[in-house]
Amino acid sequence: MGTSILVYLESSDGEIKKPSLETLGTARRLASAGEGEVNAVILGKGAAELAAGLSGVQRTFVQSSELFDSFQLNETADAVGEAVRETGATIILLAGTSTGRELGGALAADLGTCVAADAINISLTDGALTVTRPTYAGKALLTVRFRKLPAVVTLRPNVFAPEPDGEVSSNVVTLPEPTGELRSRVVDTVTLETTKQDLTEAEIIVSGGRGLKGPENFQILESLAETLGAVVGASRAVCDAGWRPHSDQVGQTGKTVSPRLYVACGISGAIQHLAGMSSSKFIVAINKDPSAPIFQVADYGIVGDLFEVVPALETELKKQGIGVT
Amino acid sequence: MKIFVCIKRVPHTATKLRMAPDETGSPSRSIQTQGVEFTMSPYDEIALAEAVRLKEEAGSGEIVAVSVGDDSSLVILRTALAMGADSAIHVRAETPTGLELDGFQISTALAGLLREKSFDLICFGRLAVDDQSSQVGTMTARLLGVPSVADVIKVEAAEGSLRLHHTVEGKVEVVECKLPAVMTAQKGLAEPRYPAIKQILMAKKKPCETIEAEVPEPALETISLEPPPARSPGRIVGEGAEAVPELLRLLTEEAKVI
Repeated sequence: MGTSILVYLESSDGEIKKPSLETLGTARRLASAGEGEVNAVILGKGAAELAAGLSGVQRTFVQSSELFDSFQLNETADAVGEAVRETGATIILLAGTSTGRELGGALAADLGTCVAADAINISLTDGALTVTRPTYAGKALLTVRFRKLPAVVTLRPNVFAPEPDGEVSSNVVTLPEPTGELRSRVVDTVTLETTKQDLTEAEIIVSGGRGLKGPENFQILESLAETLGAVVGASRAVCDAGWRPHSDQVGQTGKTVSPRLYVACGISGAIQHLAGMSSSKFIVAINKDPSAPIFQVADYGIVGDLFEVVPALETELKKQGIGVT
Repeated sequence: MKIFVCIKRVPHTATKLRMAPDETGSPSRSIQTQGVEFTMSPYDEIALAEAVRLKEEAGSGEIVAVSVGDDSSLVILRTALAMGADSAIHVRAETPTGLELDGFQISTALAGLLREKSFDLICFGRLAVDDQSSQVGTMTARLLGVPSVADVIKVEAAEGSLRLHHTVEGKVEVVECKLPAVMTAQKGLAEPRYPAIKQILMAKKKPCETIEAEVPEPALETISLEPPPARSPGRIVGEGAEAVPELLRLLTEEAKVI
């Protein structure tokens, strides 16, 4: 018998989130190499509709109780655990989002194993699961093998290819509604004005450092980000100074990111910052100081005043009709 | 309120890592620790600072710092005592290989200790800046059967419960959570308070006990720990705003990222 893989799929606004599609794609590739099967779990609003549209999945377990409109760790872990038992899954894959990381920890605790978190490479050979993941915020790559299954793995967003379109084939199974007393519940949700998407999931990041000279000047980065369809990040120095919220911080003591394009503006490139962003596919640096360490990791650099270069970049993008708007 | 704060010893984030050579000629599996400055993981410092703030706000309470690991963990437990913990417990665990304990081993050791204790709140940093798995907090909570909230940026204490503001996927959620509970600290929750000489001296008189951990077999086998592939050297496209058209050409035609 082949390997049974279970994926947990996150959705928002009636769509499966991109990191989850990447997870599903990875599960399908692992399964097809080992003649295994893939099953899935989707919880929350519209779960059954989303499940009905999946391809390459044997069974999708759904539950659209209102309880799952916001993320409930323990109830979600119980529901996924039920699907693990039903399918006999020995590999559980999740997106390396904040939700996936929390859920991974809870599931691993139930299964008596460890999470291999934030994988950038995963392979299954003769039933042995090997995972490579960045540690020390990318200063080192750790390769580990699960000594036994079951295994729980979270995948870093923007690294794996998403699920290709295929024949729709999933059978939808409804999980029982959660019962029992809620020990914690979400009472309010506030969308941060500055954040459209989490940095760890962003495909393009425009990031600013001390070179911006003040919080009000981040406006020029916000504007460039809007043109590019990017999310704004920041260095530790400016977050510690209170110019930007801590959730915007990229680096070893902030977020580790792997976007397709990282534009560093007025960031010198401290070791802990470089650790957090050097796995970006392409890096552009704009800095006045030609000896700034950021130029050592940048694919393309412009030496110059960001207050001239950034607006010029935005103007040129618009002129050439590049970007989302 | 009785608060446990779980802390980990890690290399300082300004460290330039070197891999330890393997004597058998196999790939390296750990970092070279010689000459490396170790500290308490920065998020753990934040968790501890918040515990101290909550105790001060309540006017009473007790803070116990806990760390799982070999005897080198005692140094950061002393630091925690100087930073406001009332007592410390060293859960002693060594791996025969000298390699790091994995998250499940650490969580099992912690849960083993905490099951025997009464507590209202257990605080962790959101992740340890070395391994970066951010799993031990959630895993320990699940093993103990108590709710947990990750990436907390604000705590409002109430009778028998807490209102926890935490960041999740680009949003802030407010969660009402019954006690006992686990939370992990995100930046912005509290400012670490670094101790003065007087507090460091006073910390020496505070109790610090050692217990032996019960640790399961590791779930993971380490194959290698390597530096990331070096980025191929980039180039300076030009100076000032004049270089912008060439940069765009490279991004669209060569890199094809936009």
